[in-house]
Amino acid sequence: MSVNYGSRRVVTGAHYGMRDWLSQRVTAVLMALFTVVLLAQLIFTKGPIGYDAWAGIFSAQWMKVLTLVLFIALGWHAWVGMRDIWMDYVKPAALRLVLQVFTIVWLVGCMGWAIQVLWRL
Amino acid sequence: MAEMRKQRPGTMRLVDATQYRLPLAAWVSILHRVSGAMMFLLLPLVIWFFDVSITSEISYERFTTAFGAGIGFVPGGLVKLVVLGLIWAFLHHAIAGVRHLWMDMTHSVSKEQGRSSAVVTLGLSLLLTVALGAKLFGLY
Repeated sequence: MSVNYGSRRVVTGAHYGMRDWLSQRVTAVLMALFTVVLLAQLIFTKGPIGYDAWAGIFSAQWMKVLTLVLFIALGWHAWVGMRDIWMDYVKPAALRLVLQVFTIVWLVGCMGWAIQVLWRL
Repeated sequence: MAEMRKQRPGTMRLVDATQYRLPLAAWVSILHRVSGAMMFLLLPLVIWFFDVSITSEISYERFTTAFGAGIGFVPGGLVKLVVLGLIWAFLHHAIAGVRHLWMDMTHSVSKEQGRSSAVVTLGLSLLLTVALGAKLFGLY
């Protein structure tokens, strides 16, 4: 086994990945269930779906709570997936760090915007 | 021994991967990744759609005209194409994800199961994309 400490410590790696693997699946299931809930509401809406019906779906408090959970699940899920992509294809540690920071900034920014839209309704 | 070492291909790079003939399960796998990256990059557009469609009746107008007059200098036809891409990405990613869960839960990891479930994933996602795409482009 090669030296993996001190100045030779490998600074990149998958941290064994069990937590990421599991959280990606749990968040995926949550998002799939949310899709079913949203689709069911769209299907059972009477008449054509215009602004009132569409905004009405998200104005219910319980739906806001579910949608918030969806945003968090999506951000977490996308983080695990994008990190997998960077780890597989980008080998220089510095560039990988830059891309990972970009991913976090991108996702946190998107989530903040989405939450703002949701909660001012 | 030295001869053997010379023949070893070394680390495979992304370019080398394009030289392989991919079985259907491998297509599902790489497209799972591509569709995920697509949705990641287009996430601000999706949230913009969410924003304008839900904020007010006036902004809802901007949501509907995005598919006709377009968004700023981007023509509506291009918006529709991008949304069609997003629809496919969502469907493929979701179905391929369910396939993963099914494989994990039932240990369905044989070569034959991998192939048949890949056929279902590709077929179903493309079929639904065509159906929703026809609606998007006003064919029915």
